Amino acid sequence: MIFAVISGFLSAALLPLFSKINKNLVPKVYPFVPLGIFVYLLYLMPSVLQEGSLMWNYPWVPSFGVDLVFRLDGLSLLFGLLITGIGTLVFFYTSYYLKGDEYLDRFYGYLSMFMAAMLGLVFSDNLICLFVFWELTSISSFFLIGYKNNDPSSRKSALTALGITGFGGLVLLAGLIWMGFVSGTFSFTELITTPEVFREHSSYIWIVVMVFVGAFTKSAQFPFHFWLPGAMKAPTPVSTYLHSATMVKAGIYLLARFTPILGGTAIWQETLIIVGGITMLFAAVHSLFRTDLKSILAYSTISALGILVFLLGVGTQDALLGAGLFILTHALYKATLFLITGIIDHETGTREVTRLAGLQKVMKPVAFAGYLAALSSAGVPMFLGFISKEIMYEGVFHSSSLAWVLTAALVITKVILFVAGFWVGVKPFSGNLPAEYQKVHLPNPLLWVPPCILAVLCLLFGVLPAVLDGFVQAVFISLVPEAPEIHLAIWHGFNWILGMSLVTLALGFGLYLFFKPSTNLILKTQTFDNLSPINIAESGGRIFKAFAWKWTGFFQNGYLRNYVITILLFLTVLAGYRLYDGVDIHLDWNQISQITPSEFLVVVLMVASIFFALITKTRTGVIVALGIVGLANCLFFLYYSAPDLAMTQFSIDTLTVLLFMLVLVQLPRNRSFSSRKVRLRDGFLSLMFGSLIAILALEVFEAPSYTEVSDYYAENAYILAKGKNVVNVILVDFRGIDTMVETVVLVIAAIGVFSLLNLNLNPFKKN
Amino acid sequence: MSNIWIVLPILFQLTSAVLLLFFWNYIKIQKILSALLSLLGLGISLVLFKEVYNEGLLVTQSGNWSAPFGISFVADTFGTTMVLLASVAGLAVSVFASASMTKARLQFGFYPMLHFLIMGLQGAFLTGDIFNLYVWFEVIIISSFVLITIGGKKAQLEGAIKYVALNLLASVFFLIGIAFLYGLTGSLNMADLALKVQEIDNKGLINVTASLFLVAFGIKSAVFPLYFWLPASYHTPPPAVAAIFGGLLTKVGVYAMVRTFTLIFVGDEFLSVILSVMAALTILSGGLGAMVHQHLGKIFGYFIICHIGFMMAGVGMMTELAIMGTVFYLVHDIVVKTNLFMVSGIVLKINGTQNIKELGGMYQNYPLLSLLMAIPLFSLVGIPPLSGFWAKLFFIQGGLESNEYLLIAFIVLGSFLTLWVIAKVWAEVFWKKGENLPKKARGIYFRELGRRQKLALILPVVFLSIISLYIGLGAENIVSLSERIAKELMNPEAYIEAVMSKKLNAL
Repeated sequence: MIFAVISGFLSAALLPLFSKINKNLVPKVYPFVPLGIFVYLLYLMPSVLQEGSLMWNYPWVPSFGVDLVFRLDGLSLLFGLLITGIGTLVFFYTSYYLKGDEYLDRFYGYLSMFMAAMLGLVFSDNLICLFVFWELTSISSFFLIGYKNNDPSSRKSALTALGITGFGGLVLLAGLIWMGFVSGTFSFTELITTPEVFREHSSYIWIVVMVFVGAFTKSAQFPFHFWLPGAMKAPTPVSTYLHSATMVKAGIYLLARFTPILGGTAIWQETLIIVGGITMLFAAVHSLFRTDLKSILAYSTISALGILVFLLGVGTQDALLGAGLFILTHALYKATLFLITGIIDHETGTREVTRLAGLQKVMKPVAFAGYLAALSSAGVPMFLGFISKEIMYEGVFHSSSLAWVLTAALVITKVILFVAGFWVGVKPFSGNLPAEYQKVHLPNPLLWVPPCILAVLCLLFGVLPAVLDGFVQAVFISLVPEAPEIHLAIWHGFNWILGMSLVTLALGFGLYLFFKPSTNLILKTQTFDNLSPINIAESGGRIFKAFAWKWTGFFQNGYLRNYVITILLFLTVLAGYRLYDGVDIHLDWNQISQITPSEFLVVVLMVASIFFALITKTRTGVIVALGIVGLANCLFFLYYSAPDLAMTQFSIDTLTVLLFMLVLVQLPRNRSFSSRKVRLRDGFLSLMFGSLIAILALEVFEAPSYTEVSDYYAENAYILAKGKNVVNVILVDFRGIDTMVETVVLVIAAIGVFSLLNLNLNPFKKN
Repeated sequence: MSNIWIVLPILFQLTSAVLLLFFWNYIKIQKILSALLSLLGLGISLVLFKEVYNEGLLVTQSGNWSAPFGISFVADTFGTTMVLLASVAGLAVSVFASASMTKARLQFGFYPMLHFLIMGLQGAFLTGDIFNLYVWFEVIIISSFVLITIGGKKAQLEGAIKYVALNLLASVFFLIGIAFLYGLTGSLNMADLALKVQEIDNKGLINVTASLFLVAFGIKSAVFPLYFWLPASYHTPPPAVAAIFGGLLTKVGVYAMVRTFTLIFVGDEFLSVILSVMAALTILSGGLGAMVHQHLGKIFGYFIICHIGFMMAGVGMMTELAIMGTVFYLVHDIVVKTNLFMVSGIVLKINGTQNIKELGGMYQNYPLLSLLMAIPLFSLVGIPPLSGFWAKLFFIQGGLESNEYLLIAFIVLGSFLTLWVIAKVWAEVFWKKGENLPKKARGIYFRELGRRQKLALILPVVFLSIISLYIGLGAENIVSLSERIAKELMNPEAYIEAVMSKKLNAL
């Protein structure tokens, strides 16, 4: 099993090597990867149907409870078959569709990577593992949308898609970890045995919101839907595969999976109904105001995803069964429609529905596939779409007290989708062939056979639904553990449901006849653009970016003195607060009386020279004043019987003053001084910081001290270290390493000075 | 292995640096010698790491003065892991520099400085003495200052002034903090300090001292609102220097922070709150900065800040799981940030600019190289299962454990901004059509380089990318390593016991 999942990654990873050997072989060989997995899954199907589910376990990061646990049950098998089945067709289709494209090999690399990620997603039984694959699908989608990387709008769409799904993914990650935190396990199989653990938990609402954000962004639900129409910038095989049949259903998959664990509450069901309901209606209406075939399909896909969310929200057994069946139905007809759109685009060079007609004369098999898909999409009897629509209506009709409203919403959506399906599947092929397309001919079978296969399946399953019985039953059981036995049938007798089906068809057909796609309509709707989520999101992004500029510029303003001020202010406030909050400040003022006159004099000298430094207008004055402060310090060392320190300080201070003088003399006079206000501010801050450190020092000085170490030094300097001067012994023996390393510091500094003086890579200035 | 060998990584780097000084004018010899010595240094670090991993922590007392009287060196799992990572980054940069640095810069002591810098880092990771840590910090500052100024370009010097001024400020705070600590406890040995600080009644003073350390290490590790030196300086030096800076300099601040706040200043609730707030704003500032800039070096610089915020978040939460996250992220971040700056160096070499608006066409012209570069780029984002991903799990769960929901929100925001900006970089630099390249004033373009020089640029990136992949895919090993380190840090009794070589009563 792991090989089935990994093989896609492997083929992606081996691709650079492979294409180096023979680039042209890639499109011929790679379609067999999904095909192989498809066959393998078919082979596993009987045991899944018999046993309910199969498990595989491969340890990965067991210490954090993250393992590659794969579980194959009805629902994941359904997805697995769609991913590999449609994958196989798309892989073959691409080999001709993008024939001669310079980077076709890379395209296969991304497609394989996506396929593997998607398989991993639907097979994962571990929440974190699921997330790993979830993100991988987003990232491979990013690469595929941006495949035509020279086109700026392609790049922009790729970024938008990644932005939305990536954001949702991260929120989902937090939600999944939260689930694990609450329940103590990331294993789905274990979670499903104790669903009440979440519903009664105080953080239930947060978890649900996070899961929703993840699922809604991925499955393009309102108001996050806008990335999907943009994603249609990708080549048509990608739109077919990722943005219609598989990846966008990942959110639906997640919701369906979590319904037994998190569902059943008002917040879960009602949110799904509202969001799904809005999405399906909103997107369906939008699809009528599009003339680009792919845009029509994009919005009808969003609408279909809305229907699925809506059905999960309604939550009756039939609604869930309807959702399960609709996943299959939709994938089959929508993939067909996308593939024929690709063919039309490929052969005629346009996707404008207003310009297309009569193509059936020149490409019969494609038209055949289009008709079948459109009929299945419309839900005409004898097609799979009919069966799933019947079950859906049944499920919604017999739901809550609001069933009438919900059913009406669903019927309206279905009516509009009827039209959208016909626009793509029927309109381009019927009527009179315009002169400009007379020379269009049927393309290579690699293009038209895949949609025909899918279209035939729409019909086949519709006529003989019984062949799906066992499989759909398994899907049903994964959605509703206590599902009753089902038998799919075409005929359910005369009842309300059939009536609604007929009404849908009649209204749909009527609307198709009277409502024509036109560019004028699009222009009219553009007045509402300012209110559309994408515009709101974009202006939000602009505001955020402006904020980012402000914030960054405010702090990183380029002035060293501002940086120093900020840091000092932060430290002063922080330490000051802690001092005020946690220490009883008791300064022993009596000790002032112990100050000797000479000490007092030195202090006066220090303070005076500091003030002189503040008011003087020459640099030399400042340096001399600071030099005096240093010398005054030496005097203190002398008073406290540390002549060696005094000597050191004296020599360093003198040297510094001299060096400063040497340099500063070369500089021009100060032009301007800082303003009075700035000086006051700086002075106040310095005073605060200085006082803080002074108070702290006094407090530390007063605190009882431990003298274990210093006593030891005093005692043993001579006895053990054989030195009479304790300071020297500390420097060269007790703490000799410090001294050695400080010596190294000096060496480094010397080298640095040497390099700085001798190497100047600035461009030469010409006089 | 005698315990004295734990200082071998330090001494070895010192010897290497001195040895390289003898070949001042012989750049070719320096290049080869430095690479070989770095490789050997990596071997030594590896042996030490393995020894500590198998046998538990090792202690040596310099001059054989028993603790707390001399200076102790301690090789625990955390320290040796850091030593190992510093050696890894050192090796990569040493090789990378041989082809990316201009000859003039190499002639003025780049290689000896590199080894001095690594020595300083190794010392900081292995010392068990707070003042000795300060001394190692001095080595790091001064050698990095020399590295940042080699070449003496105007922008370099401007950045260097801000760099060194603010870092010296940090050193001053650090030193004042040490002085207070010494005044209160009479000791400098960290293990001894851990014991003495517990006994002090005046907790208020200890807490104030802790805030000095917080600010000192906060400046070093570039957290909000103390990070200014980083964006001011990181884009100015040549890429090889930026790589070693980006990989290690801020991380040593994080290391020091983790060390002191798990060993000496423990159980301070207020500190945790402050750290959490700082972490959140650090993430925000870094993310926003990366978003608005166009220069690759600046973008990556701001990312350092953003991700330092992640690690600080872990320190702020102070649960074992969160510390695990910090450690895991440290391991990941050192490798990936070093790599990213090297990547930006190659991009510069190819195109002569680092401005993403001017760049383009990388994917078309260098497809395989682009895919290689995608590894560190997307590892940084933490696209699962690449290396940046796993630590986030620990941070989020750690945040849940300690009820830091807002911090989780910021971590999610930071991850999103990283994702967004890296995707933008990818679209601009790699996808967009390349325009005509601006003429380079000095140096030569990538395509004019010889095969061996190209390899010297690419191999280090490959080397670090493989490590990144290993961290991500073989996460189990790094997870258990981080878990062990976090356990050791949260329960420092063994550390204290080993240094003080006496049995402790329960702390």
